[in-house]
Amino acid sequence: MADYRMDADHPGVAATRGVQNVLGKPLDRIDGVAKVTGTAPYGYERRVEGDIAYGFAITAPAAKGAVRNIDTDAARALPGVIDIIVDDPRIARQAAAFAPAATGNDRIDHWDQVIGVAVAETFEAARAAARAVVVDIAVEEGRYDTLAGRNDASPPPKDSRLQDRTIGDFDGAMADGEITLDQSYSTPNHVHAAMEPHASIARWDDGALTVWSSLQILSNARNILAQAFDLPHDKVRVISPYIGGGFGGKGGIGPETVLAVIAAQKLGRPVKIAMTRQQLFHNVYRRTDTHQRLRLAADAEGRLTALGHDSLLSQGPDGGFMEPVALGSLGLYGAPARRFTHRVVTLDMVMAGAVRAPGEAVGMLALESAMDEMAEKVGLDPIEFRKRNEPEVDPTTGKPFSSRRFIECLETGAERFGWDRREATPGMRREGEWLIGMGVAGAFRINLLVTGKARVQLMPDGTATVETDMTDIGTGTYTVTAQVAGEALGLPVEQVKVALGDTAFPPGSGSGGSFGAAATASSVALACEDIVAELAKRMDADPADMTLKDGHAIAGNRRVPFSELVGSAPIEGLGTIEQGRNAETYSQAAYGAQFAEVAVNAVTGEVRVRRMLGVFDAGRILNYKTAHSQAIGGMIWGIGYALHEDAVLDKRTGQFVNHDLGEYHIPAHADVPPLDVLFLEEPDLHANPVGVKGLGELSISGAGAAVTNAIYNACGVRVRDFPLTLDKIIADLPPV
Amino acid sequence: MQFTINGTVHEADIDVRTSLLDLLREHLGLTGSKKGCDHGQCGACTVLVNGRRINSCLTLAVMHQDDEITTIEGIGTPDELAPLQAAFVKHDGFQCGYCTPGQICSATGMLDEVKKGWPSHVSEALDGQVDLTDTEISERMSGNLCRCSAYPNIVAAIREAAGLAPVEHEVVGEDA
Repeated sequence: MADYRMDADHPGVAATRGVQNVLGKPLDRIDGVAKVTGTAPYGYERRVEGDIAYGFAITAPAAKGAVRNIDTDAARALPGVIDIIVDDPRIARQAAAFAPAATGNDRIDHWDQVIGVAVAETFEAARAAARAVVVDIAVEEGRYDTLAGRNDASPPPKDSRLQDRTIGDFDGAMADGEITLDQSYSTPNHVHAAMEPHASIARWDDGALTVWSSLQILSNARNILAQAFDLPHDKVRVISPYIGGGFGGKGGIGPETVLAVIAAQKLGRPVKIAMTRQQLFHNVYRRTDTHQRLRLAADAEGRLTALGHDSLLSQGPDGGFMEPVALGSLGLYGAPARRFTHRVVTLDMVMAGAVRAPGEAVGMLALESAMDEMAEKVGLDPIEFRKRNEPEVDPTTGKPFSSRRFIECLETGAERFGWDRREATPGMRREGEWLIGMGVAGAFRINLLVTGKARVQLMPDGTATVETDMTDIGTGTYTVTAQVAGEALGLPVEQVKVALGDTAFPPGSGSGGSFGAAATASSVALACEDIVAELAKRMDADPADMTLKDGHAIAGNRRVPFSELVGSAPIEGLGTIEQGRNAETYSQAAYGAQFAEVAVNAVTGEVRVRRMLGVFDAGRILNYKTAHSQAIGGMIWGIGYALHEDAVLDKRTGQFVNHDLGEYHIPAHADVPPLDVLFLEEPDLHANPVGVKGLGELSISGAGAAVTNAIYNACGVRVRDFPLTLDKIIADLPPV
Repeated sequence: MQFTINGTVHEADIDVRTSLLDLLREHLGLTGSKKGCDHGQCGACTVLVNGRRINSCLTLAVMHQDDEITTIEGIGTPDELAPLQAAFVKHDGFQCGYCTPGQICSATGMLDEVKKGWPSHVSEALDGQVDLTDTEISERMSGNLCRCSAYPNIVAAIREAAGLAPVEHEVVGEDA
């Protein structure tokens, strides 16, 4: 049993000393062939034993009110209908994040709320039945406007990551500042929009529940299901080997999961349900709209003397999670006087919850816009301005950084991007009817480590297997796990079998908060330590004097194949990594610099992103190919946040009017220019034994601000309400 | 009814409301085609009908008696990848993989359209050979959304499968 708590740096694992030369290499995904041939089964596609029935969620056509009656007669009369379930008290109103969602359908507390399920022999019959249910609601006036509710806003919930914080005399520093900035920025509601809609299959066998689904954190899903259905944990199994994207939205269980479990129990048959794309917009937690005020003060040399970041957010009636908008502002720039607050307005809407990089994804849009505006005010290049405000220690906590190459990211990126060709004055570069500009923004994402466990076995045939309930949501977990085990044990990745996504395996961290790679790589590396020690014993050698390569142990003058050393029973290692005092000792974050060049049409205000560069300090890179994909993915989300994404709330009815992929615009092929990525690799061994830092969320951080700063540089129009659609730009364009 | 799918004739007794996509996924077990929106907005369900790409969620199965339908399962298999499939793996043209079968079917149809000289919104001329630039590929593939946003890698994969020179802005790092 190799357990390690990060109370101090680990003395070193075989996975980082190996000579197999697979760790970090840009290898193809080991699950790639299954994905390109359509043979990887996602949640709804599993063929399970039993006569499966189809479910379809019944939802409410109102956002607030009392349910007077649910008439199911017409629905029940339709051919192929098995049951209409609207009377089970366990029906959950929406997706669950970290605890079961509120139950009961006597009241409606958000638009399109789940109130039951229609079950039929076919999908078509279930859909028709669900739509034939007549729901009578005494509609009440609801609260749908965050700004209108600002006077009734609440302080951060007690368990929130960020509480109000003021350091130094903030008001005094603002009043005395030689150069000051006080600006407001807003971001709209965002949705995850993973390509695979939430879907679950549930089956009961003698009181034990199995759920096949599309979820990110399986031990959390199991906990929620055990609580919701009052079951012991060992009676709940959750299986999710392939997940069609998550981005935080599949962190708990889906709105359909509970319905499938209820229906399967009542019918005594397996039941499968997929949410429709439209239903997802209102039944899976969203990213809150944000209304942010940034205040900066600086001396004449451009050194910040005050930095304030106050945010107004929204949340559904049950409260809970708060978007930690100021996370990136806490540690990125020095300023002796600091102030960070968050206020939350209760709305009659679906919950607000985690979407990729909660906090930084939207907070950095505002912070990095403000830094760009302030750089101009103090008369400095935006990169030079940031360099002048580089702190030696975390400016909010005073703790040393575990690692930080922020300035290097900026400088390396500036050279690579050709930043010296940027005109300091907006509107100076024109190509035909296009105005060209460049922008830069910093990237910051806190680095997390959570508990993760993995089992590794060296088999009698000399190959290895890894088992953990960790998931691969597209992040490359299968592949990097094989690389870590292969490096530690001296095996090519083809000889490492990785099994993920099943609670029958040891509980991994799950995917979320960019903590997956650190927890998984560390737990697998630790499990391999057990095996390496046992191999050394069998080789009669000290582990430090033994080399493992290509399935052989080499020590002294002997080179012995694993198949001879293992014998008839596998050698097993079980590794557990836990966060420890290092989280308190060090300020841990991943850093980066984002660069963008855009063209703004001088006539129409249309924006085309022409190229981008992201330079990232994300610790050790486990696979350059999959890391690169995560990086460009985040940068493209940045394009979406800058230019497209906006869940438009109808403030009369409380519904998102653009609740589908035709109207909620995410970047498409034609929106995406060539993207360049550079990693400044440096293992951070204060963070975890393998030295990984989170990457998937870092890459979205600041990316949108680089685009909007470039828009300002191109045409001189500063829009502070995201996204920067052309209607907002055209109004202030210079005369043609 | 009879459907020719990936060269094999299938018979199915289906509801008139069944989409071609649900015929494939729920009746014939061909789950490679994906349902992302069921409204023709995401492209994950793209298949080829008589050689042309189509959103299979937007067409009823009963409209396709005797049509030749090609799904991702008919493009190539794990033992025998089509060039596009191999290029998607090599260039990491996906992350979660859910939009991937649709991207590959769409790209297959798109390359055929280019071969036939069909112009797109960004083509310089309405007739003559199409110069398959990255801009052309991106324009023609914009009906296929990828939320993981592997777009540049998808374009690189299509370039390779189309026999074009590789682009030079891919994996970069101190040790790469």
